Amino acid sequence: MAIKERMSGNEAVSYAIRQINPDVMPAFPITPSTEIPQLVSTYIANGEMDTEFIPVESEHSSMSAAIGAESAGARSLTATSSAGLALMWEELLLAASNRLPLVLALVNRTLSGPININCDHSDGMGARDTGWIQIYAENNQEAYDNFIQAYPIAEDDRVHLPVMICQDGFITSHAVENIMLLEDAPVKEFVGEYEPEEYLLNPGKPIAVGPYAVSNYVMEAKKNQEIALENSKEVILEVAKKFYKISGREYGLFEEYRTEDADYIMLIMGSAAGTAKQAVDDLRERGKKVGVLKLRVFRPFPAKEIAMALRNCKAVAIMDRCESYNGNGGPLGSEVNAGLFRNKTMIETVNYIYGLAGRDFTVGDACSIFAELEDMIVNGKEIEQYQYVRLRK
Amino acid sequence: MRTDITKITEKTPHDKLTEGLMIFEGATSKLFMTGEWRTNTPVFYEDKCKQCLLCAPVCPDSSIPVKDGKRLAFDMDHCKGCGICANVCPFGAIEMKEGNE
Amino acid sequence: MSDYSLKTIMNKPERLAPGHRMCAGCGATIGVRAVLRALHEGDHAVIGNATGCLEVSSFMYPYTAWEDSYIHNAFENAGATLSGVETAYRVLKKRGKLPEDTTFKFITFGGDGGTYDIGFQSLSGAMERGHDMVYVCYDNGAYMNTGIQRSSATPMYADTTTTPVGKKSNGKMQNRKDLASIIADHNVPYVAQTTLTQNFEDIHRKSEKAIYTEGASFLNIMTPCPRGWRYDTPDIMKICKLAVDTCYWPLFEVDHGKWILSYEPKKKLPIEDFLKEQGRFKHLFKKGNEDLLEQFQAEVDRRWEDLLYKCAR
Repeated sequence: MAIKERMSGNEAVSYAIRQINPDVMPAFPITPSTEIPQLVSTYIANGEMDTEFIPVESEHSSMSAAIGAESAGARSLTATSSAGLALMWEELLLAASNRLPLVLALVNRTLSGPININCDHSDGMGARDTGWIQIYAENNQEAYDNFIQAYPIAEDDRVHLPVMICQDGFITSHAVENIMLLEDAPVKEFVGEYEPEEYLLNPGKPIAVGPYAVSNYVMEAKKNQEIALENSKEVILEVAKKFYKISGREYGLFEEYRTEDADYIMLIMGSAAGTAKQAVDDLRERGKKVGVLKLRVFRPFPAKEIAMALRNCKAVAIMDRCESYNGNGGPLGSEVNAGLFRNKTMIETVNYIYGLAGRDFTVGDACSIFAELEDMIVNGKEIEQYQYVRLRK
Repeated sequence: MRTDITKITEKTPHDKLTEGLMIFEGATSKLFMTGEWRTNTPVFYEDKCKQCLLCAPVCPDSSIPVKDGKRLAFDMDHCKGCGICANVCPFGAIEMKEGNE
Repeated sequence: MSDYSLKTIMNKPERLAPGHRMCAGCGATIGVRAVLRALHEGDHAVIGNATGCLEVSSFMYPYTAWEDSYIHNAFENAGATLSGVETAYRVLKKRGKLPEDTTFKFITFGGDGGTYDIGFQSLSGAMERGHDMVYVCYDNGAYMNTGIQRSSATPMYADTTTTPVGKKSNGKMQNRKDLASIIADHNVPYVAQTTLTQNFEDIHRKSEKAIYTEGASFLNIMTPCPRGWRYDTPDIMKICKLAVDTCYWPLFEVDHGKWILSYEPKKKLPIEDFLKEQGRFKHLFKKGNEDLLEQFQAEVDRRWEDLLYKCAR
């Protein structure tokens, strides 16, 4: 039986953590993810779960301790945002290169400077080449559902990689919305027990983790990581199928919203996808053939699948909630364009930067973007290929 | 999944390396012969040795094995010839000679 | 420990295998072996290691020198990493995933770079949280792995590659940090400072206490580096003895807050005796630098008096 509730994204993820009851959680508070370690600590204090919480002195140490615990054979996780993720950057790479299936609840927030606590994706995007699986949520429900799917993906023998479960800071993490929760038992059964084959605390079977490797081993090791990340695509889909059975909610690498016959598609990630969908509904009522492709899995990047999904439209607005300061577009812009080219899908694209540090992104903004795409295709209007939404000029 | 490191060399294909470059075994370094580094070699005069064992703990390379309270011959596969043992021996039972042998 | 016997402890199985790539005559591995000998037979251990000489030499893929489970993570986080491992142990025991009669001990090694400097925060955090682990600093007084750069453990006036002696430089300008005192001020159950002594009793006794005292413990072990200190490699034990007899490196422990002097030289030797054996202090013996030696001696005296005061309280 599903449980109907009202919760914020942070509460939803914490609820999932309680249900999974992992072994070890080191964490250091940072807005807007702070509630997660607080709520977990409260669950522990009230005897509702018995995860060992380590109140570390920094995010670098939270990821370091998580790596230690996971290597030791304990199912581990942490939570962070923004500068916290940046501080643990070195450790993100090690979690992946050591092939540790730990999980990080990322509540996306802009990176300094200037220091600002609101949402954009610069933290997650900055970690896009660390070898982690990254799954983004549109709302509290998805954050909850994605978290429950994280360990089965990470711990699969074909994968053995860490997973980042991302939700938008404040917009998702703090806004209270309706949610359908699963009962504890099916969640526990779905996630299962963690039974690694080799780990530090296996008596009489010592292992060694974290070598110095000469150059002749390093490229081979990286290739193996890359293969595991590629493998994770099918595992993510398999786990989603199993999750559908217990929840009735479907997940893929991305969601296609009213795209079947769409001439213009907005490709977007995170909470703003909800805004884009509303714009699509409004425009459809006015007869416009528009749709949304909401990217859920950013790593592994489903380039081919995206190209397939977009191949029949006339133009795509690629929405980046992150500036990459390179003049060639934001991270999504660069990667989607490269993916389209590689797959010989020669459609028009415009890369928009929106919502940095929590800047509003409204249904009206989305409608204007669709109108601009149409203007470009129908009237041949020249459109700036890389532009900011709502920039004061 | 226990690791046989004799099957891992710098020519091993990627899919035959261990996951995460972990080693599922202890003390595999014994197979690496640091004795080849030696430019000076300790000579052990057993007759002069009083088995005080002062030499055994000062070896940085665990190359003076002890069994039943007695030191055995040097582990020449690994001894790097640093000469610390010869210096601490009160009885002149260890002498450093030039060369690897 | 009155029942200490070198013969008995040397009979124990070796837990650091040969074949590692530390320099010939390295003090660090002599120290590591001594610490590991204090583990009781039958007890398992997980060894942590900060990046440094010891790490790159003792686990060079696919060669691990460790009989026990081993984890190297990065340079600055040996404390945090092992605190994760130790926590995992407690939770796996609590949840019945480890046999009840199995004992694991947790020891992490870091050089003075990984301990005094870049890893200081992580160490402080692990100590304050009170994980049941031992952090062992093998202190060779500079960043040896990267080529002898000064650290906050480097003694004053030492010639290092970032404090080179030159026309306008007498080497390092600052005094060394007293890390054992700083960790003692964390009020952890056990802190000790030791080095390599003839029969290895001091280091053995302190290691055993550190490993088997419940809670966080810290050991600071002076392990000379022939390359960085520029002394004659076979002389390491003499160097250590001079460090102790000049009171440059006093042996002490802080057991549950009580400061205890482990050794008082019958005759405190002048600091020159320790310094003159080492190339890194050669410039101090040039004519005209007598005042530098005096300053060095004054600092040693001041710290020694301070220690005597703490131990007499």
